[in-house]
Amino acid sequence: MTDIAATNEKVRKSWKDIDLRAVAPFVALALLLVLGAFANPNFLSIDNLLNVATRSAFIAIIAVGATFVIAAGGLDLSVGSMVAFVASLAILFMNSGAIADSSIMLATALGLTIAMGAACGLANGLITTAWRIEPFIATLGTMGIYRGLTTWLSQGGAITLREPEIQTLYRPAYFGSVLGVPVPIIAILVTAAIGAFVLHRTRYGRHVLAVGSNEDVARYSGIPVERVRTITYIIQGLCVAVACLLYIPRLGSTSATTGLMWELQAITAVVIGGTALRGGVGRIWGTVCGAFILEIVGNIMLLSNFISEYLIVAIQGAIIIIAMLVQRSLVRKS
Amino acid sequence: MSPSVDLAPEKTGMPLLEAVGLSKSFGPVEVLKEVSLGVNPGEVHAIIGENGAGKSTLMKLLSGHLQPTRGEMRIGGETVALTGPVDAERRGIVLVHQEILLAPDLTVAQNVYLGRELRKGLTVDDRAMNAGARQAVRDLGADIDPQVVVGRLSIAQRQLVQIARVLLVPHHVVIFDEPTASLTPIETEALLKVIAAIRAKGVGVFYISHRLPEVKEIADKVSVLRDGRLVASHPASTLEPVDMARLMVGRDVAKLYPDRHAEATREAVLEVEDFSVPGFAQNASFTLRKGEILGFAGLVGAGRTELMEGIVGLRPGRGGLRVNGAAAHFPNVDASLKAGIAYLSEDRKGKGLLLAEELSINLTLASLHKFQRGLQIDRARERAALNKAIGEFDIRAGRKDMLAGQLSGGNQQKLLLAKMMMTDPGIIIIDEPTRGIDIGTKQQIYKFIAELAAEGRSIIVVSSEMQELIGICDRIVVMRAGHVVGEVSGEHMNENEIVVLATGVKSAEAA
Repeated sequence: MTDIAATNEKVRKSWKDIDLRAVAPFVALALLLVLGAFANPNFLSIDNLLNVATRSAFIAIIAVGATFVIAAGGLDLSVGSMVAFVASLAILFMNSGAIADSSIMLATALGLTIAMGAACGLANGLITTAWRIEPFIATLGTMGIYRGLTTWLSQGGAITLREPEIQTLYRPAYFGSVLGVPVPIIAILVTAAIGAFVLHRTRYGRHVLAVGSNEDVARYSGIPVERVRTITYIIQGLCVAVACLLYIPRLGSTSATTGLMWELQAITAVVIGGTALRGGVGRIWGTVCGAFILEIVGNIMLLSNFISEYLIVAIQGAIIIIAMLVQRSLVRKS
Repeated sequence: MSPSVDLAPEKTGMPLLEAVGLSKSFGPVEVLKEVSLGVNPGEVHAIIGENGAGKSTLMKLLSGHLQPTRGEMRIGGETVALTGPVDAERRGIVLVHQEILLAPDLTVAQNVYLGRELRKGLTVDDRAMNAGARQAVRDLGADIDPQVVVGRLSIAQRQLVQIARVLLVPHHVVIFDEPTASLTPIETEALLKVIAAIRAKGVGVFYISHRLPEVKEIADKVSVLRDGRLVASHPASTLEPVDMARLMVGRDVAKLYPDRHAEATREAVLEVEDFSVPGFAQNASFTLRKGEILGFAGLVGAGRTELMEGIVGLRPGRGGLRVNGAAAHFPNVDASLKAGIAYLSEDRKGKGLLLAEELSINLTLASLHKFQRGLQIDRARERAALNKAIGEFDIRAGRKDMLAGQLSGGNQQKLLLAKMMMTDPGIIIIDEPTRGIDIGTKQQIYKFIAELAAEGRSIIVVSSEMQELIGICDRIVVMRAGHVVGEVSGEHMNENEIVVLATGVKSAEAA
């Protein structure tokens, strides 16, 4: 029996059996790196690549959460607005002076940010599961609510972190580095590693994929479908909160346009990464790769002179369509 | 009845539709090998065979959904190459699919005329389509309001609408692909009458079915496929169902149902009292005893499935429920599984298995907590469990990492049974255990059920096949229109008594 199992393993590992959909985003990333090197010799410098990866942190981290939501057959359009809302509340709290000691204040604010992200995600989850409203509509609604509340909080202007002491204390969270690796990149890797572990190794992750694959089968197998779905939205909210933690020290300010179109970028990253939009398949590392691809495309456009960088969003829009076409052609082959 | 126009000049003595040396390969696998057969005007030609014998492939070739690798087809003696189902329809060959392919949100009339709407100027002529659809359904001996949305019809009614839709195409050959798989005996009887009426008009009928008595009743000629080859073709009058089964399997099917020795006094493990599932079942009461196989008979729509789903927490239900003497209430399947009750859905593709996932993932889905090691799932233990289940339940899988959707229907059912048995239930409710399953696998499933009962587990079998209930059950509860209307056991377990209970009329009137 052991022998048979071992042979099976070997058969599986032969390169013919590699799932092309899982590999495709990494191949695309490699091709883009080559293309970038041709476009501008500075592109492949360590500094530029670290810079690109750092800039992709917000989308990559949010998209890790979006992978859970989408793998479970849901959708969250509110993530961009949620960043603006949660970050604004966090800055307002830090400005409130409620706690005198700066480090305690900062620590409390960080904790609060996480809690608010989770709460916003829970709200999305409950609206879709307990009230049974289509995720598209539910999160379209909360997208407007979070955005509108931010505009109201900022009175149409900006919300800026005022305490210089907190600013200094908080700055390294985005601009710092550990052993030469910028903190945001570490944040991406840690978030993705935890996400991949939860999705692929734990019982909850299996339940997420089962619910996304076929809700009825999941329910008939005794899986608490609504709870599993709701938790994916909470995970999304937590990821948004982590993105906020990185975002606040970067600019120290939010406005009504913070995180605009980030939902498009996050969903694009997820889809490029090979996660099926209909649910049932989730690829965390593919998603991170997708976020890098989006950022690199923008970077190449900036560094090269043949396409206007004002077309970045249009190109990103085109990428999501192309990614779907490529995915489908790969499905047919296998 | 709808038009059966002469589309091709009929040459006397020529089969309407004929396959000559038809072969079909998918990649290196030849699923159909040199099959030659035909159907004459006014003839019902039944095609039988186990799952995977090539019946569906043959039907798809005959109806233009697939093109043959070798061999040819003749219509009225003329060689033709069908380019697709539309081409086949144009030539008067129509197929009634096994699955119901109707848009649930459209009305009966809209479905019947879908894609060939009648027009009046720029708009569709609803009045004419409603009238036409009403007549088309009436021709089938049913009366369904053409303006009702299809989603509100019963499965049997949908089936009739689908047949009406197909017969609206001018045709001279009709192919039925397992049309009775989801019908109850009475509905089947009605459908067989429809087929007899079609035959009486000189139309040729190909009829695929697993139900051999029904084949015996309706067919003029029976052809048997085994492993892609035509192994026999005989007049139906010379074959008894048992002969057909033998030809299909290629060996003697000595006994379909296992021997069982029911013991008399045993304690109740599940007591259901005045249990209602609003809209589906009212005040149902019954008792399941340890080691017993209890059957549930009734027409489609009698509320059997819904009652079971209510008991295990898949639907809101209320009423008395006692498991091993203790009062119970299950808000969801997780709760009923914990109490040792497993429910296997009749819809194994839609509700039983994740078709796009591997076998091991399906196997452990309902019992994942048993495969946890710390925070993680132990993949090695999952694989070991799969190896064990494959042996125990004889799941025939080419590769261990294949997807559940790639298994045949019978093996899917075995996998589903294995999956639910992973939860080690004391009470097992199996809904339509052998629907769409070939006779060899059926025999195995019956054997498994009998073995589980012999181990002291208690089993409820919900089935529309009365023969199977009578064959394996100790007692049979009969439901009609949401109510438990009776119970038969011992010598009273026969089709006649069950039909009388299930329909509320004497069988003579029902037929």
